[in-house]
Amino acid sequence: MKLNERSVAHYATCDSPADHAGFLRKRVERHHHHAHHHHATSYQRRWFVLKGNLLFYFEERESREPVGLVVLEGCTVELCEAAEEFAFAIRFDDAGARAYVLVADGQAAMEAWVKALSRASFDYMRLVVRELEKQLEEACKSLAACCKSPRRSSSGRKRHLSNPALLPLQEKPAILENGYSTWGSGGGIPGGAACPDHDGGHAKPPPLPPRRRLAASGAAGSPAPSLSPAMPESPVSPETACFSKLHSWYGQEIVALRREWQERQKMGHP
Amino acid sequence: MRYNERELLSLARQPAEKAAEVLMRVPKKGSVLKKRLVKLVVNFLFYFRTDEAEPIGALLLEQCRVTKEEENVFSISFIEEPERKYCFECDSEEQCREWIEALKRASYEFMRRSLIFYRNEIQKMTGKDPLEQYGISEEARFQLGTRK
Repeated sequence: MKLNERSVAHYATCDSPADHAGFLRKRVERHHHHAHHHHATSYQRRWFVLKGNLLFYFEERESREPVGLVVLEGCTVELCEAAEEFAFAIRFDDAGARAYVLVADGQAAMEAWVKALSRASFDYMRLVVRELEKQLEEACKSLAACCKSPRRSSSGRKRHLSNPALLPLQEKPAILENGYSTWGSGGGIPGGAACPDHDGGHAKPPPLPPRRRLAASGAAGSPAPSLSPAMPESPVSPETACFSKLHSWYGQEIVALRREWQERQKMGHP
Repeated sequence: MRYNERELLSLARQPAEKAAEVLMRVPKKGSVLKKRLVKLVVNFLFYFRTDEAEPIGALLLEQCRVTKEEENVFSISFIEEPERKYCFECDSEEQCREWIEALKRASYEFMRRSLIFYRNEIQKMTGKDPLEQYGISEEARFQLGTRK
């Protein structure tokens, strides 16, 4: 099977930061078809560099090209009962696959490597990203709910630019101190860009930012559901962390709010 | 460079983030568009002959650039060799756009940047480090500021 080796080697040596690096002794695996089986185990000292889910090893620390690569998907890392102290192994789910037995310089180094390698899989990173994505949404929501808006004394605010279809379907509305729930409570929200400017003269809280529907947390590697057609403008797609979109979305919101405020200023409203 | 091909082949059999039959051309002299099954799994794009179970090849999607070319076509190139393009012709503009989006986000480095962004935002909003509860605050891969 072909691999874009030149690019892979470039990634190994480019200045993107490594997740872990250090010398390890790598057990030499002998091929079974060798005529003589000398069972003396030998090790080669190599410079190892972990980047993401890829473990590269170099002959020397200064080598310009890796001699090898271990793709760290579908593997477990465990301590080794080998004769060597501070040994650990990378084993793959695929039963017939060879294991990589590595030996660290000491206890601390071994523990650091085992920890770093155990968390190297793509799915682990994806899991943490999704968790933080969820937490950020929750933080935004509770921040919006707590936020009283001193500026909005008289007339209500124009409806948020967001698509009402983006409202969370399963969330309870936050009830605020002044007795008003947030506009997301589902009380007759018209489709499109409706403007509830008349709210009886009470200050209305800022609307919640649109939420993407939380995708079902998929099993490792399983395909994520595609974007629901009801939320064409969700800044964050369910299966990936599109922070750049989210970032620019919030930026747009701020621009819109500011414009609104300025217009009201011009029209003589406080 | 040696690599654990067996594990890569096993990875190619895992459920894909995205898969489709497209026309593909590799950056080799005289190369033409050929029908291929492409499959995105973690940060690898595997490509198969449509009737074969084992992929012909794999592209690691780190440090790559995904570009819209002409109608229905996008390309993948790598930053150290930007002229060498792997070209993919889709059935429609929409399919082309979807693939470009998916491939742009497919790298481990992209996920890492997203994570750092979210972590930072949450910290700013709540004053708390969201990773602390998982005991992974100090992991090198999650650190702010030191990354490009």
